[in-house]
Amino acid sequence: MSLLEVRELEKSFGGVAAISDLSFTVPEGQVYAVIGPNGAGKTTLFNMLSGVYVPSDGAIEFAGASLVGLPPHRVAERGIARTFQNLQVFFNMTVLENVMVGCHLRSHIGLFRAALRPPGVVREERRVRDWALQALAFCGLEKLADRPADALPYGELKRIEIARALAAKPRLLLMDEPAAGLNDTETVELRHLVRRICDSGVTVLLVEHNMGLVMEVSDTVLVLDYGSKLAEGTTREVQNDPKVVAAYLGGEVQYAVK
Amino acid sequence: MKGLLRLRGFFAFALLVAALPLLFPDNYFVTVVGVTIGFNVVLAVGLNLFIGYAGQISLGHAAFFGMGAYASAILTTRYGWSPWPAMGVGLVLVYLIATLISRPILKLKGHYLAMATLGFGIIVNIIMIETVEWTGGPDGMSGIPGLEIFGWAVDSDLRWYAVMAVVMLATIWLSLNIIDSRAGRALRAVHGSEVAAQTLGVDTAYTKSQIFVFAACLASLAGSLFAHQQNFISPVSFNFFFSIELVTMVVLGGLASTFGAVFGAIVLTLLPQVLVVFEDYEVLILGAILMSIMIFLPQGLFVGLVRGGKALARRLFPGLSAAAARSGAGS
Repeated sequence: MSLLEVRELEKSFGGVAAISDLSFTVPEGQVYAVIGPNGAGKTTLFNMLSGVYVPSDGAIEFAGASLVGLPPHRVAERGIARTFQNLQVFFNMTVLENVMVGCHLRSHIGLFRAALRPPGVVREERRVRDWALQALAFCGLEKLADRPADALPYGELKRIEIARALAAKPRLLLMDEPAAGLNDTETVELRHLVRRICDSGVTVLLVEHNMGLVMEVSDTVLVLDYGSKLAEGTTREVQNDPKVVAAYLGGEVQYAVK
Repeated sequence: MKGLLRLRGFFAFALLVAALPLLFPDNYFVTVVGVTIGFNVVLAVGLNLFIGYAGQISLGHAAFFGMGAYASAILTTRYGWSPWPAMGVGLVLVYLIATLISRPILKLKGHYLAMATLGFGIIVNIIMIETVEWTGGPDGMSGIPGLEIFGWAVDSDLRWYAVMAVVMLATIWLSLNIIDSRAGRALRAVHGSEVAAQTLGVDTAYTKSQIFVFAACLASLAGSLFAHQQNFISPVSFNFFFSIELVTMVVLGGLASTFGAVFGAIVLTLLPQVLVVFEDYEVLILGAILMSIMIFLPQGLFVGLVRGGKALARRLFPGLSAAAARSGAGS
């Protein structure tokens, strides 16, 4: 069954097309990777899927309902969470509080009730804390819960973003270059984490430059070039596709060295 | 138990506020300056939610303080209302005006938001000065009645101290509760990364507007009380310079810290009173002190001193550091 369906999607900035005539379908329960050279439109695509950008044309359907025109917080309500290529951690909070923000849509108490703090608020706080701790434990971060986020190394910050997104209990998780800046050990850990996320029932849409990771973890790979689909298929199919090889022009070797 | 531990700073401060008039019942700094401090704390703590926690800026906060004050003054002196309903009408009025302007104004960020709020504050102040038949113009309004709480007339400095102590502590308590909640985390998330907050389901426009209105309502209540306490108000108390002073209190004490705002309000109210002994050089010395604080303690006086104290404690008693770090996380 398809969870996300993108049809004839277009996005241009001042006449320059970043995405043109792009259609693909993400089946539920898969790790679906989007690859392509820099500037191929991957992050633009992510920004449209999460409501940050409005498409110039085309359709995005998630679980049967259109997402086009919804602001980001409404897209989140539908069950889509994301991480960011350039970190968007809340550096003014602790690790646990960061992840507790991820539970925003699963809790309900507003400003005025919170200000008076009746017992219901305390109960909800406890529940949110537990959820956040579970998400942290899932990502192996429970020991860092009370640390301020601004005092942590890069690799852990990236995992905090993942934990924060998972705390929202999404149906679809968009991961924008999760391996960028990670060392080899961290990348292996990330691979296991992505797999476990998928096994827990969350569909993963992955944008990534690290070909090793993409080829090991993905069920389906979509190759973008100049904003349109170059190829789509299993990792094996894509690797053997002459168009893909041509587009990368030995780029594979560069990625391997990196 | 854990709830009490969360509020230990609050209880310590409440104890101090209660003890001061008992120890020094006739001290000018306690019963007179203390009441002014009470007003400034309420204003600064509210403004800190908007500036310190939500990461926005307002250079027009004094306008809401003034609207509350003038609503109370006009309704009680010109229409013979009693103070409580007048205060309520002022509150509703400020709520409506703040809600109305918040959405368009809060679409702006940074310098532009500063400009817009600055403009709003100045416009409100000009209206206070120009609508002479209502507000008395630059001469202000006198003869504003005092306050009575269930037959208990608030008619002495000490009684006003008690009223403002309760209002101030209530404000601090509300602020601490908000910060430590879903709504408070949403505020801080808006400050940390607006786009990340949105993708987690936080309606950031609503969040910003809501806290702006909340701070405005607090200011309106403070303004109404101020009118009844002073019995006389004039536009000078609500002008641009007072808005700047409020921002200075928040920044001086330490952004994103409720007790930072409290501390900033106390210091900035007390300092000019103390510096009076320097006569002509008062303002110069005040300026120099403020500059030095921001240069040497850029995170603010309160936050800086607390951090410095903790670092010193760690150096002196290394064994305690782990325990201190754990218990200090929730401030």
